[in-house]
Amino acid sequence: MTGRRFWQVFGLLADRLVLAVLALVLLLYGMPLLKPFFAALYPTLDRPMYEGDGFAALAADHMALVGLSSLAAAAAGVLAGLAVTRPWGAEFRGLVEALATAGQTFPPVAVLAVAVPAVGFGAAPALIALTLYAVLPIVQNTIAGLEGVPAPVLESARGMGMRPAAILLRVELPLAAPVILAGLRTAVAINVGTAAIASTVGAKTLGLPIIVGLNGANPAYVIQGALVVAALAVVVDLGFDRLALLLSRWQRA
Amino acid sequence: MTRPMIAFEGVTKRFGSWTAVDGVSLAVEEGEFCVLVGPSGSGKSTLLRMVNRLAAPDAGAVRVAGEDIAGLAPEALRRRMGYVIQSVGLFPHWTVARNIATVPVLLGWPRARVRERVDALMRLLNLDPDRFRGLYPHQLSGGQQQRVGVARALAGDPPVLLMDEPFSALDPITRGTLRTELAQIHRKTGKTILFVTHDMDEALALADRIAVLEQGRLVQHATPREILTRPADGFVRDLVGREEWGLKRLAVETAGERARPDAPPPSEQPPGEPLPGDMPLRRALSEMIARGVDRLPVMDAEGRPAGVLHLADLVRS
Ligand SMILES: Nc1ncnc2c1ncn2[C@@H]1O[C@H](COP(=O)(O)OP(=O)(O)OP(=O)(O)O)[C@@H](O)[C@H]1O
Ligand SMILES: [Mg+2]
Repeated sequence: MTGRRFWQVFGLLADRLVLAVLALVLLLYGMPLLKPFFAALYPTLDRPMYEGDGFAALAADHMALVGLSSLAAAAAGVLAGLAVTRPWGAEFRGLVEALATAGQTFPPVAVLAVAVPAVGFGAAPALIALTLYAVLPIVQNTIAGLEGVPAPVLESARGMGMRPAAILLRVELPLAAPVILAGLRTAVAINVGTAAIASTVGAKTLGLPIIVGLNGANPAYVIQGALVVAALAVVVDLGFDRLALLLSRWQRA
Repeated sequence: MTRPMIAFEGVTKRFGSWTAVDGVSLAVEEGEFCVLVGPSGSGKSTLLRMVNRLAAPDAGAVRVAGEDIAGLAPEALRRRMGYVIQSVGLFPHWTVARNIATVPVLLGWPRARVRERVDALMRLLNLDPDRFRGLYPHQLSGGQQQRVGVARALAGDPPVLLMDEPFSALDPITRGTLRTELAQIHRKTGKTILFVTHDMDEALALADRIAVLEQGRLVQHATPREILTRPADGFVRDLVGREEWGLKRLAVETAGERARPDAPPPSEQPPGEPLPGDMPLRRALSEMIARGVDRLPVMDAEGRPAGVLHLADLVRS
């Protein structure tokens, strides 16, 4: 290996995001290899390795649930935040803010429990609960981000003859983006965890091994599920970290 | 009769029960440099913002080039007017070059022309393009930001410039340089300029005519010399400044105007570097004090002798 190639590969390995993704992939596909380890750790267990659906399949469902609910929440949250910061929507601002603040005082599990009687078991209540809960931090941060755009900047944008749509797209949203993204990050982080709990209402997620493990007194399952969820959470968080850096490059120029 | 470029016709603007601008009628001729002065809160910024429809009058009308602007599309109107706001308001996420290019880009200029224009303006305002082009506003000093703000207002080559205290954050030297630049731009391009300042010396140096506002009312609209020699009332006299009135008076007349025209034969010319004829008398006095003489030769624009200025001429009114 030439010196340069070595440093390129080494540099990639030193990247925390790449490392975290690598660890996640290894856990997803290489978990069975850890069977001897768990067998040694819990010698009394008949089956020390979770062998229901593969971890990769569970993770795919888990991520789909988180992704869908977060996307829906982002769309709804950003639109609501935009609407109440326009002159024509200002009336509803107090209401929306109050709802967002009050909503966050419910634990996510409670939202999940309330959704089941409404739509039954499965992925549907999980999707609803996750979406509803994720909307809150996104709305709040969208409002805060747009509110934070300095008044003189808006005045000069208007004074230069930019149209309202251009002001929104080229000035307000880019300036508010880091704050909005922080809200999205909070929402997704909560959703990664809550999606695991959603297995209790019948959604197929990475929470399944944990629930099965808890019910069947099998701590190995619990650890395996928790490891994967934790790795996924780390990947998501580092991913957002990277995105945040990209969006606010100008601040560090 | 020429049609004024900007005309306020009985304009009133209220904020709640507060009348910020009160029945102002004021005409700014094409190519005129009009300076608005008045204490803080007297309605200068509000008056300015009614020209580009950032504020709408409650009564009266504003005409630009004869047209009532209430009937014009605000965006098109604004792109024809450079606007420098009091607090600069650069776009923090755009580079200096992109900031300056705002209006040319909105006007859809080809890319090469935009780049050329941006570089030319940066040089005009003493911002080295190679050094500043790619910087973001937070990387600039307050004065540099203000210069970018002025460049941005000039970028679309608008016939009208609205400038709200554009040089307030600058040190006296840079301020003087920019003032000279602006006077030159004005002379060269014949733009109509409506300019707000708190600095009376700045107003006297730049204005063709000064409009004095007090609590939203226009109390005097006249040339700098008239403002000094015939202030409308005690308020205007105070604004001009009682203490340095004499020196300000000297600031609005030039050496050429006061020099004794009968040029003496070269042998009797007072010694020393001759003063340019367009030097304000105030600076001529400063020169005499600095050089310790009571007489100095004056030359005209072509460098020919144009007479002699005596210290005694300065106190003759
Ligand atoms: N949007 C607004 N809402 C309420 N009052 C306002 C608004 N804009 C201006 N005013 C009031 O109108 C008056 C004139 O304000 P303006 O900004 O025109 O003053 P100014 O002469 O530019 O003062 P300064 O020299 O301090 O900039 C002030 O009393 C101000 O409080
Ligand atoms: Mg003002």
